[in-house]
Amino acid sequence: MNPTDIQDIVEKSKQTRGGLIGMLQDIQARYSYLPEEALSYISEHTNRSLVDIYGVATFYKSFSLTPRGKHLCSVCLGTACHVRGAPMIAEEFERQLGIKAGQTTKDKEFTLETVNCLGACALGPIVVVDGQYFSNVKTSKVKQILSETREGLDKVEVKTDERIFPVTVSCARCNHSLMDTGYLIDDNPSIRVTVSFERKHGWLRLSSLYGSYSVEAEYEIPLNEVLDFFCPHCHSELSGASECAECGAPMVPMIVRGGGIVQICSRRGCKGHLLNLGGANI
Amino acid sequence: MINLKINGLNVSVDKGTTLLEAAQSIGFPIPTLCHKEGLTPYGACRLCVMEIGEGDRAKLVTSCTYPAEEGLKVRTASRRVLRARRMIIELLLASSPQSKTIQDIAAAHNVKQQRFRQEYEDCILCGLCVRMCKEQMMAGAIGFRGRGQDRSIGTPFDIKSEVCRLCGGCLYVCPVCSLRCTYNQPDKAICGACANLSPPCVEKEPFDDMMCYMEPCVACEIK
Ligand code: SF4
Ligand code: SF4
Ligand code: FES
Ligand code: FES
Repeated sequence: MNPTDIQDIVEKSKQTRGGLIGMLQDIQARYSYLPEEALSYISEHTNRSLVDIYGVATFYKSFSLTPRGKHLCSVCLGTACHVRGAPMIAEEFERQLGIKAGQTTKDKEFTLETVNCLGACALGPIVVVDGQYFSNVKTSKVKQILSETREGLDKVEVKTDERIFPVTVSCARCNHSLMDTGYLIDDNPSIRVTVSFERKHGWLRLSSLYGSYSVEAEYEIPLNEVLDFFCPHCHSELSGASECAECGAPMVPMIVRGGGIVQICSRRGCKGHLLNLGGANI
Repeated sequence: MINLKINGLNVSVDKGTTLLEAAQSIGFPIPTLCHKEGLTPYGACRLCVMEIGEGDRAKLVTSCTYPAEEGLKVRTASRRVLRARRMIIELLLASSPQSKTIQDIAAAHNVKQQRFRQEYEDCILCGLCVRMCKEQMMAGAIGFRGRGQDRSIGTPFDIKSEVCRLCGGCLYVCPVCSLRCTYNQPDKAICGACANLSPPCVEKEPFDDMMCYMEPCVACEIK
């Protein structure tokens, strides 16, 4: 642990009048866990008692007090995934890695955790490894997922992926189609979602051509604004567990008809896209 | 002044008075467990429930955290209140049957049996020790950790706290500790205070700067 890093994080939070959780998140992002010394440092420099900080750090599941591995595997045990056999998937991961959920392998390669719903129930059981969604996971696939992760998941990134083709998507929660055949963008049916920002709430239509960035919206959206996306049918927020590799904003997952997930960056103007067809290239 | 009715009696109290204080001030006995004068109300044990409002809008509230309101109609022993209270006592008994404080409360309410799976938890998470340590001892050595089923009381990282002054205040207020925080069972100690006392009257200078609340005296018990 590098004390100046922690110092920077604490100073930054003081300037922006950020709270404790923000600081802990920054530290966790930096070290992938919360080192004991970091908590003591915060306590000494922000007038909070160590026991309160420790209470917050142990309250939230996303904080870890022990070092995490290089790869994070989250197995969803939410209701929808549960009924489709997710506990068996979790067990298979535990068996293959030789650890229990919540633990990290000895070689510090993998941390296994279980989560309650990743917002893509219709494609369950869901496993997310390093921000990559694996859908309809079967126990027989677990080994493959792990070996692919060891080799490095090759992401299909837009910058290297020159393909342009139309996709048909639906809400990851309710599986209702998001396609709007009555409104064409790039001569193809558009994808309609609801977005909100700065207390404004309105529709947004995206081109369904993968690789095209044409959008139209009810309100003028300032560049670099990070939007909240909602399904216009079930009104649940379209949010996932991963962040944009380019700008760090949350990624918005949608289900691709035929299997797979497309994720788009929620920041206006950012070109972060990720497409996992057929369950992440498996 | 705020005027309200408790069990049909008119009461006027200062603004900011809680229903518990108002009811006690005119002599209604209200059982409490997580409430102690001098510590901020916390509303954890729910024993002090009262019913407020009328008809369909009547509801149960914890009186130790509910401030008196003008014109409020309060019942401290309606059938609904008594039922809820019995249930709470049963739940307390189910988790910590060995606490004398809880047994006394159960006896006073004629609860002789509980119908849940019997457990032998020590702590009921009332938070008295945490508030005592923070608010009266100004130490902040112990606190809540984790959540849900895994919630527990203790020091950060489960190591001996640097700010604990070994005052024993936490043990003193604990309604179930009388059994648990004994020196000869250090693993059951909440703050490690007693385990680390290493009998004070033997090793330390006579109690100059120490306030010892411990009963029975751990040191003597061990000798
Ligand atoms: S003995 Fe330590 S933990 Fe207990 S109240 Fe005193 S200072 Fe706090
Ligand atoms: S240790 Fe005792 S005082 Fe502290 S929360 Fe538990 S029961 Fe309450
Ligand atoms: S239950 Fe697994 S993604 Fe919702
Ligand atoms: S005394 Fe009011 S909730 Fe415990």
